[in-house]
Amino acid sequence: MSILLHKRSRIVVQGLTGSAGSFHAKQCIDYGSAVVAGVTPGKGGSTHLGVPVYDTVRESVRERGADVSLVFVPPFAAADSILEAFDAGIKLVIAITEGIPVLDMARVKADLVRRRRDGQDLRLIGPNCPGVITPGECKAGIMPGYIHKPGPVGIVSRSGTLTYEAVWQLTSHGIGQSTVVGIGGDPVNGTSFVDALDLFEHDDRTKAVVMIGEIGGSAEEDAAEFFKRRMTKPVFAFIAGKTAPPGRRMGHAGAIVEGGSGGHGDKVAALERVGITVVQNLSEIGATVAKSPIGARVLAAVAA
Amino acid sequence: MKLLEFQGKDVFRRYGIPVPPTGGAIQKPAQLPAALKRAGKGPWVIKAQVLAGGRGKAGGVKLAKTPKEASEIVKNMLGMRLITPQTGEKGIKVGTVLVDKASDIAREIYFSVVLDRKLGCPTIIASAEGGVEIEHLAHHKPEAILREAVDPVAGLKGYQARRLAFALKIPTPQLGVFVKMATALVKVFMDLDANLVEVNPLIVTAKGELVALDAKVTTDDNALFRQKELADMTDIEATPAEKEAKKVGISFVGLDGTIGCMVNGAGLAMATMDSVHLAGGSPANFLDVGGGANAEQVTRAFQIIMKDKKVKAVLINIFGGIMRCDTIAEGVLAALKKIKLNVPLVVRLEGTNVKEGRALLQKSGLKMTVADSLWDAAQKAVAAAGEN
Repeated sequence: MSILLHKRSRIVVQGLTGSAGSFHAKQCIDYGSAVVAGVTPGKGGSTHLGVPVYDTVRESVRERGADVSLVFVPPFAAADSILEAFDAGIKLVIAITEGIPVLDMARVKADLVRRRRDGQDLRLIGPNCPGVITPGECKAGIMPGYIHKPGPVGIVSRSGTLTYEAVWQLTSHGIGQSTVVGIGGDPVNGTSFVDALDLFEHDDRTKAVVMIGEIGGSAEEDAAEFFKRRMTKPVFAFIAGKTAPPGRRMGHAGAIVEGGSGGHGDKVAALERVGITVVQNLSEIGATVAKSPIGARVLAAVAA
Repeated sequence: MKLLEFQGKDVFRRYGIPVPPTGGAIQKPAQLPAALKRAGKGPWVIKAQVLAGGRGKAGGVKLAKTPKEASEIVKNMLGMRLITPQTGEKGIKVGTVLVDKASDIAREIYFSVVLDRKLGCPTIIASAEGGVEIEHLAHHKPEAILREAVDPVAGLKGYQARRLAFALKIPTPQLGVFVKMATALVKVFMDLDANLVEVNPLIVTAKGELVALDAKVTTDDNALFRQKELADMTDIEATPAEKEAKKVGISFVGLDGTIGCMVNGAGLAMATMDSVHLAGGSPANFLDVGGGANAEQVTRAFQIIMKDKKVKAVLINIFGGIMRCDTIAEGVLAALKKIKLNVPLVVRLEGTNVKEGRALLQKSGLKMTVADSLWDAAQKAVAAAGEN
């Protein structure tokens, strides 16, 4: 198995007919993902990229059995689109959109928490993320598909291109990935490092995890605590932003050291304290995993 | 975006949140007499309007008992460079001062509404021990801090505000005033799409009245599309280069180093800065050129980086994903034809069609170093900048 996405995932793209939605949906289709529907209010009944377009997410679920939604809706309407997907019974909502007001996300999060508490099978990934890919099976996001390779390492990250960098290094070292999850660079998101680590811990295919964090917030510290209490699989981490000045937002809305918290040093210390290998030099992520006992086993298995 | 104290207090006043009688913000000593008149009978407090905490200790907040004293304080304060622990060595030049009527302080309370990232909702943080830095208090006396999570849909509930009031030992006759004030501060947070609304201190006067003596408001840039008034205001914190970058969709933060960085993606941009640092150099900036690293964006990024005269070398680090490396290389070459770059350039491309991309750069005959890996690039850039 893998986590979140697999061959049978049926994707509806919200904002399919827009430029970003259109471009990336095509890339997903080319990768082999089952994009079964699109939603653009007012364009229901048409066909785009050979995919039927509906006015509402509910119709895409009813008519096409969509269970994963990929959201490309612009920031001003994105939160409403995510809520629509929740309400339509989509199980996995992946929000790519960057620039959603944080209070909108707070309202989305409140709805998400309430629905999950009521027993709804629901998960939100993102926003402001590259999406999710299970190499060789399904790609739901904007990552370049070909750099990935099926294998045993799970990746979870707050950053897009930094994830590609890590994937590329692993693939170049002959180490494939089980599932790669971009949880996004916003301060309020649907899935945390802890949630993703929990999924990887319970996934048979995943043998080790690479976690890519950055300054701001305390998600990495929480992950360290979770690792200590619940995880048996090795975790390798990289934290970006050692040289970022405090009080300044570094591109991502969530990447800011404020009020003395969220700093690089604290995160690295918290991770190392519990036995997570923290890679200091970004260029050495692939080599570090390859040289580790788990990496050696993977490479030996591939060679055999 | 961060608002200055007087801007924050203007907002508070509109929401019925009690603030001291004020003479307003002034930029010239000549405006003082009228300001004192507006504020009413002295003494007055003259406060430097800069975006930094720790103003009081640095000499940015002064009490004036007479108009003559006020005049001297204003003359000295306007134009001075205020250096606080938050401003760095160079400090911030004071261009505006606020003239408020002095308050008779009996007690100081800390009150703020922040975005709690872990809970994913606004949260009130309050303490009966106001006037000090909350980070300091959180560290040394965490039990003195009260927290109340706010429902982002329903807002602050009455019982939550009352619970805070009792815990803060607000005098019973002022209970209603406090509840109204707390509710209004949460409403400011929601209505302005704020990340932070802080009142430190919120005071109880000798007469038992509650007054917001300071106002710190930070708003969410992502919400500017629906915050017309904020969108029209000047972002005081942003430098001219940062503003220019923003206009063209480039995320830029100026730093003090010598190696200009041009990267795609915020995380990779930070990691590139870190690599430069690890290689013994210092980054001149954070720059995320955006997803489409085309000739136009690369040209603009070069222009922004080269405005910084400290830059001694430029490092381009682009991961070509869906936009292939050969396309990016063409963009870089097109930009270099338009711009005369007078410092060494190190380029590192990785990803789709990387061989073709590197070959294009090498064949171009333009002066640049093509690096194999980010680490290689960082070391080469540091060497080129003469830092090693």
